[in-house]
Amino acid sequence: MLFDNYQPENFFDEMFTADGTTRPHYRSVAAALNDVDPIEFRNKQTAVEASFMRGGVTFTVYSDSQGTERIFPFDCVPRVISAEEWEVVEKGLIQRLTALNLFLHDIYHDQKIIKDRVIPPQYVLSAKHFRREFMHFEVPKDIYVHICGSDLIRDKNGQYLVLEDNLRCPSGASYMLENRAALKRTFPELFKASGVHSVSNYPAELLKVMQYCAPANFRANDAPNCVLLTPGVFNSAYFEHAFLARQMGIPIVEGRDLVVRDFKVYMRTTAGLVKVDVIYRRIDDDFLDPSVFRADSLLGVPGLVNAYRAGNVSLANSIGTGVADDKVVYYFVPHMIKYYLGEDPILPNVDTYLASEPADCSHILANLDKLVVKSANEAGGYGMLMGPWASKAEIEEFRKMIEDNPRNFIAQDPISLSRHPTWTEESGFEGRHIDLRPYILYGEKIVVTPGGLTRVALKKGSLVVNSSQGGGSKDTWVLRNSVPE
Amino acid sequence: MSKSPPTQEEVARHKQTNVMLSRVAGSLYWMSRYLERAENLARLMDVNLQILLDFGQVSDDTLKEHWLPILRSTGDEDLFFELYEVADSESVMEFLTFRLENPNSLLTCISNARENGRQVRDQISSEMWEVLNDAYHYLKAADAAKLWDGGASAFFDQIKCYSHLFQGITVSTFSRNEGFEFIQFGKYLERADKMTRLLDMKYHILLPKVTDVGGAVDAAQWQAVLRSASAVEPYRRFYVADILFSKVIEFLIFEDTFPRSLMFCLEQMDDFAHLIAGTPAGEYRSDGERRFGKFLNNLHFTTAKDIIGRGLHEFLFEVQTEISAFGGHLYDTFMYHPPVDMQAEIRFHQQQEQQQQ
Repeated sequence: MLFDNYQPENFFDEMFTADGTTRPHYRSVAAALNDVDPIEFRNKQTAVEASFMRGGVTFTVYSDSQGTERIFPFDCVPRVISAEEWEVVEKGLIQRLTALNLFLHDIYHDQKIIKDRVIPPQYVLSAKHFRREFMHFEVPKDIYVHICGSDLIRDKNGQYLVLEDNLRCPSGASYMLENRAALKRTFPELFKASGVHSVSNYPAELLKVMQYCAPANFRANDAPNCVLLTPGVFNSAYFEHAFLARQMGIPIVEGRDLVVRDFKVYMRTTAGLVKVDVIYRRIDDDFLDPSVFRADSLLGVPGLVNAYRAGNVSLANSIGTGVADDKVVYYFVPHMIKYYLGEDPILPNVDTYLASEPADCSHILANLDKLVVKSANEAGGYGMLMGPWASKAEIEEFRKMIEDNPRNFIAQDPISLSRHPTWTEESGFEGRHIDLRPYILYGEKIVVTPGGLTRVALKKGSLVVNSSQGGGSKDTWVLRNSVPE
Repeated sequence: MSKSPPTQEEVARHKQTNVMLSRVAGSLYWMSRYLERAENLARLMDVNLQILLDFGQVSDDTLKEHWLPILRSTGDEDLFFELYEVADSESVMEFLTFRLENPNSLLTCISNARENGRQVRDQISSEMWEVLNDAYHYLKAADAAKLWDGGASAFFDQIKCYSHLFQGITVSTFSRNEGFEFIQFGKYLERADKMTRLLDMKYHILLPKVTDVGGAVDAAQWQAVLRSASAVEPYRRFYVADILFSKVIEFLIFEDTFPRSLMFCLEQMDDFAHLIAGTPAGEYRSDGERRFGKFLNNLHFTTAKDIIGRGLHEFLFEVQTEISAFGGHLYDTFMYHPPVDMQAEIRFHQQQEQQQQ
């Protein structure tokens, strides 16, 4: 009923094959949804959005006490990933994070990968987030990235590709958890026959990671004091910070709650100063410590870097990890996998051109109207040119920027992202483009939470899924068992 | 049945989860105070709207005499006349309900309560947060024009309801830890302060003639005071008598079984302050504690007659001073954290780094 008029069109559709057959791992969801009356479906869709508003599952659009708050629009049809597909994704992500971590260690120590000419030195040394100050610094347990959110897409053949890695302060895990909770309340019947992996372990795993990376000089039989450091209540992701801290049962602190003395970090409590051992920081490097980085920052903690260097406090993620999510360095991740692990990448990159390579650059400049251009260090859908949809003026603006600073740009062929049935007010279910951000935690071992945040471009035809650009999200299911064809 | 002894890890973890940031303590305290303030304001406006209905014909003069004392009692008279020319029902109600320029309007109070709650969302239960959020969205969606067309009473009831719901949920979902103590302390401090202002309102209301004291209008006004404190029925049960000035004062100030009486609130403040400071009951360790303890003790030896003899207004002023001093003492000791001098901190740590090298 609900899907009677649905058209996969000429795209890879997650739920249906080209001839309109339901894919096996979607059968139970499709059957349950087909029993739902369209009006009932719409009512549930409205109810779930109201409950997000009520629960304050929102992000702030601009910042004052009367600031507009928006929910991250939620679509009730879950995105389902089969057990077989997930096995590949999981292995690929573990492989990727392993290599990225080895890269970070290498870059901040011997720089063998540069000496062996696998990556040209200028790309690493000129990366905006490369922190020269941390050369030869030993991070606890040699782990640089404890929390990673890599963005995956599927092309028109259904092949998973890595679009980018987020190695600084990836966000969205709270929406993964809230989406699941919301769907369970709204459509309990969908879950019945499906056998879906739970995602609720994420906060507990995250806390374990934090405890595992406690400072080396920490006494083994004490529990380390862990905190989450937030820029504060005006940050657009504040909901997530508070949510995760509460789920983990650790204090959420702002810079002004912390003070550094004798190379140790303390928080100011009603009982005086209490030592802090591990900080899950949701503040970028630049703002972390005004005595080292940006002196005008009021968010950070003066002396924090000294305490970190002295080995008295651990940071998740470590400082300087941004060098590996520079989009130019991204180009080299498959090479890193080969170089450090001697393996072929399980999850390929999207084909990418580097504007700083003369041959690539002339190709880019000649085809600006056909390519997607991205600046190396922007996020959230900013600093991007979608060639085929851009105006002449926008194209010329990017041409000038690329010519002025080629190091700062890459280009990719536009990918026809896979689509997923998504509710629309106008005409019921229509295909909308989606991506996937799984969450990978690196502690005693690397753990990928079975699920993630599926983002969906709600505007017809749009490929941009960012919340700041009108995207929404879906619950993401990883099935426990394989489903017969 | 006894619990098995906690492991070392559990003890350490318990220690950690019971650490409370000064900033968090401050937010819990203010969250609670603002919500209590909103509730009192809602009750005050509701009662006064209803009294107006008893007056029958209302002229500009009677309206002014009606609303001015209320503005004076909340201390916002000057601000009001910067924003409005005439103190009639609509302007006063709008000022007290929706005006963001008024730091004590319902909307400001509820926004502040929610904003403080948002700062400590990780500390309070989801249910507590949802009530704050609901109340905020309810007020934001409310339309002043529609409100005056007859729905005002239901509107104020709803605000009171949110406050009661919040306090009830707090009692049944919030661990009895330090955070609870700050919430309760804030609530009773605000309630005590508002009780003094409510009683004082009568001081500002001028009776037409001296001979009216004890008359019908006087009684009606005292009844309004009782109603503003949700105290008409308890008063009746207690005295089974007419509403008399001296009895109303006695009830609202001294009746320590009634949860909104001044004495009840002051005693609760004292109890929770002891818990927060970790001072055993009956002992007083700091100057601030000693001062409040002494004041409370003196109050036990005071009668309604003493107060009337001295002047109710003067007495209430003294109580307000003591409440504010004690609140300030607790705030400075446990909630205030002096802002860091960023530049000095930066210099200090840069020097330390150089000495290391």
